Amino acid sequence: MAKPPRLLIRTFARYTERTAFERPLTSGVAYAVRVLHSEREQFEKQQGWTIKRMDTLEQNPVHKDDYNPDLLEPSPIQEEYAPVVFAQDIVSHVVSIDMLSGQEDSKNVLCARKSGKGVLTAPFRLLKTNRLGVILTFAVYKRDLPLNATPTERIQATDGYLGGVFDIESLVEKLLQQLASKQTILVNVLDTTNQSYPISMYGLNASNDGLEHVSLLNFGDPFRKHEMRCRFKQKPPWPWLGITTSIGILVIALLVGHIFHATVNRIAKVEDDCHKMMELKKQAEAADVAKSQFLATVSHEIRTPMNGVLGMLHMLMDTDLDVTQLDYVRTAQASGKALVALINEVLDQAKIESGKLELEEVQFDLRAILDDVLSLFSGKSQDKGVELAVYISDQVPQMLIGDPGRFRQIIINLMGNSIKFTEKGHILVTVHLVEEVIDSIEVETESSSENTLSGFPVADRRQSWKGFRTFSQEGFIHPFSHSINLIVSVEDTGEGIPLEAQSRVFTPFMQVGPSISRTHGGTGIGLSISKCLVNLMKGEIGFASIPKIGSTFTFTAIFTSGSSSSKKYKSQQINKMSNSVSSEFYGMRALVMDPRPVRAKVSKYQIRRLGIHVEVVSQWKQGLSSICRGSNAINMVIVEQEVWDKYLNNSTLFFDTLEKIDYGTPPKVFLLSNSISSSGANISTGVCNMTVIPKPLRSSMLAAALQRTMGVGNKGNPCNGQLNSLSLRNLLLGRKILIVDDNNVNLKVAAGAMKKYGADVVSATRGIEAIELLTPPHQFDACFMDIQMPEMDGFEATRRIRDMEHNINNRIHHGELSVEAYNNVSNWHVSILAMTADVIQATREECLRCGMDGYVSKPFEAEQLYREVSRFFQ
Amino acid sequence: MDLVQLQRQLVDYRTSLYHEGFLDEQFTQLQSLQDENNPDFVVEVVSLFFEDSERLLNELSKALEQQVIDFKRMDAQVHQLKGSSSSIGAHRVQKLCIVFRNYCEAQNVEGCLKCLQQVKHEYGIIKTKLESMFQLEQQILNAGGSIPV
Repeated sequence: MAKPPRLLIRTFARYTERTAFERPLTSGVAYAVRVLHSEREQFEKQQGWTIKRMDTLEQNPVHKDDYNPDLLEPSPIQEEYAPVVFAQDIVSHVVSIDMLSGQEDSKNVLCARKSGKGVLTAPFRLLKTNRLGVILTFAVYKRDLPLNATPTERIQATDGYLGGVFDIESLVEKLLQQLASKQTILVNVLDTTNQSYPISMYGLNASNDGLEHVSLLNFGDPFRKHEMRCRFKQKPPWPWLGITTSIGILVIALLVGHIFHATVNRIAKVEDDCHKMMELKKQAEAADVAKSQFLATVSHEIRTPMNGVLGMLHMLMDTDLDVTQLDYVRTAQASGKALVALINEVLDQAKIESGKLELEEVQFDLRAILDDVLSLFSGKSQDKGVELAVYISDQVPQMLIGDPGRFRQIIINLMGNSIKFTEKGHILVTVHLVEEVIDSIEVETESSSENTLSGFPVADRRQSWKGFRTFSQEGFIHPFSHSINLIVSVEDTGEGIPLEAQSRVFTPFMQVGPSISRTHGGTGIGLSISKCLVNLMKGEIGFASIPKIGSTFTFTAIFTSGSSSSKKYKSQQINKMSNSVSSEFYGMRALVMDPRPVRAKVSKYQIRRLGIHVEVVSQWKQGLSSICRGSNAINMVIVEQEVWDKYLNNSTLFFDTLEKIDYGTPPKVFLLSNSISSSGANISTGVCNMTVIPKPLRSSMLAAALQRTMGVGNKGNPCNGQLNSLSLRNLLLGRKILIVDDNNVNLKVAAGAMKKYGADVVSATRGIEAIELLTPPHQFDACFMDIQMPEMDGFEATRRIRDMEHNINNRIHHGELSVEAYNNVSNWHVSILAMTADVIQATREECLRCGMDGYVSKPFEAEQLYREVSRFFQ
Repeated sequence: MDLVQLQRQLVDYRTSLYHEGFLDEQFTQLQSLQDENNPDFVVEVVSLFFEDSERLLNELSKALEQQVIDFKRMDAQVHQLKGSSSSIGAHRVQKLCIVFRNYCEAQNVEGCLKCLQQVKHEYGIIKTKLESMFQLEQQILNAGGSIPV
């Protein structure tokens, strides 16, 4: 081993110094050469120093500046030595120290040369600085060794050892410069080769609370393990933002969840309700149907005894009756019929509710209808002491075309209401043309409240039609020339309708108070039905009501004039009474004594219907003077009860004067009284006979009274039944009628009825026979055909007959057949009427559809028969 | 019994028939069709009714004894009976026929049988009553009187 030149030592030092930047982590490098014991002396001589051994710190702690290598003891005798010969300046103090003398170092060296790899020591206190560090030792070989060289070969080839010193503290600090953060990080570097006893290389051993991040360090030495443990010096502050955000999100989530839950619940509840409603709706509909069925059934049950009553009255009419009895029976019958009609109306309500109501188009006499209605209510109004009166303007035509039943229904409803709620005063029904009223609107003067029928104030009728479109300037369109626009008012002096209830008046089932139905009866549906009907008649309905004064209901309706009697319309039975009677009194003169103009107007109207000329006076003395004047003979004097009560009751002057009239017969005196009983007792004896006529004044009553007193007119008018058969006789006399019915009994009865009216009857029992008999040419005027027959029913037979007729008519028209062969008739159409036991609407339509001209019920009812037959034979 | 009494008896009897619902208004109509031209109208019609009804009732009994009941045919026959009873005013019989028809429509054998029994019963009654009435009338006629309307 040659002595290394001094130059080499310095070169090494300088080289390592300059290249220190390449080794940022090492604090210094040094080279120790392998010296065998045999070479020691020589080596020491060459170096000029002895190989020293390392001091352990425990024995001699020395401050680093005081570190003097010369004070170290020479190394003891060993097999070999590893003195440092070259060193970087930083670690120059380790020159001449035997690396094999240190426990750790020797282990390291020996290991390095055996393995040929870099080996790290465990951390220990470095010489001189006493700082914690590790040394990485590489063995340097004399020659290149193959990779699979044995350790012995390696040991042999070893020249020296190169060691690098790692100052752990500075190392770690350098490493950790990148880890600078806002928080102070505590780092512990530990040698964990021995798991249970980690050796701390760097860092304070502060308590281990908090989070520690452990990472493994690899210095390249496979035999040793190192760890780095990092933790924050300060505990991390509460992450307020995170907490707040998450709490916020939680709250929001809860709310959303709650909303969702609530919504789902609500939906479920609503669906539930909906289901319940559907159920209830079904129940309600079923109840409605059941109610209608019940109504229909009950009504049918009521009709039977009613028919019995009517039948009895009918029979009564066929007996001997005088005029008054006849009138009473007629009234009873009319009432009974009205009741049956009302029952039918109840059934109609069901129709209305299901929207299937249609109006008839029939010719009718308005005045007759109102007479009927008047009779209906006369009893009740007399009981109550309320005066009932009807006035129809002259401009309203005699016959109208419309639905009399429904019109009557409306009037009955309104009058019924009035009667219910009126205890005193009057009920006045007036019928005018709308045109009359419109003209009078402008010229209407201040009407005094005293100027009413009974003297009691009334609600102003003009208020009741205030809102009608018909009267508004823009709204009034002149209807068709044929149409008659009526305005009807029902005025009463009753309780009136309380102001708060007035808006609900036309709502169904609405009554003013809960006690109303108890005290007055009724269901509260009348006005709403009336409203419906008025609307169907293209009219309007309104009212004016002042509580405690009275109410006036007004409605308009549009009809067409019925004066042209066209065969298309079925005509109701004309009031034979008025027709036949009016001729008897025509031309007579009457004097009416009545201070109230409205009432006098009503009386005048009723009397004039009989063809009697009327003069009205308000003062009895005036009347007396005009009687006595004698310029125009007065046949009768009609005195209002009021006048009688006030002036004439105790005065004989009136009657004395009358008796003394020297020309002609003195006029008969009639008293118009409110009730039958009251005035009966008042007629004092010795007075010329005065007849009492109960109010409401009706032409028929008047006529009856006149007849009785004046002996005019035929006593015992032909009663209704005979009247009917008379007219039927007129119609059917000599006509050839075919009756078709498979039932012998029916056939015989029908034929018998027809024969009675003077018709020439042929019977057949089968549809085929009928077809044969009715093949043109034939002499039949009409045919009554039963519908339900076994082989061929009435419809089929009629259809065939019509086809046949159509065929023949066509052929005649086209000249294929000669018209002479067919009795010179070119449009064959024999009137065929169906005879049916069930008179239902549906059957009627079917009848008409297959070509029939009408239908009558089985067994025959005289009125209906007359009605149907008169359409063809007039 | 003298004439007046007989006549009164007839009137009372007739009235009772109406009151008890055996006859209805139609019978009155029937009577009104009888006049000098047609003196025996009512008797003729009623006899025809008796013949017809007996025939129908027999057929109905037979029909209900069959294995397979022809309800349609029965319905038609009851309809006939209903028609004729209504034509002469045999009120109760007519009403029962309506019920009978319902049972036929419902094809209810039990109901039909029961109804048939009732109809036969009622028919028997009305026949007896009408025959009594005619006897009374005949007595009156024999006594030289006239039948009160």
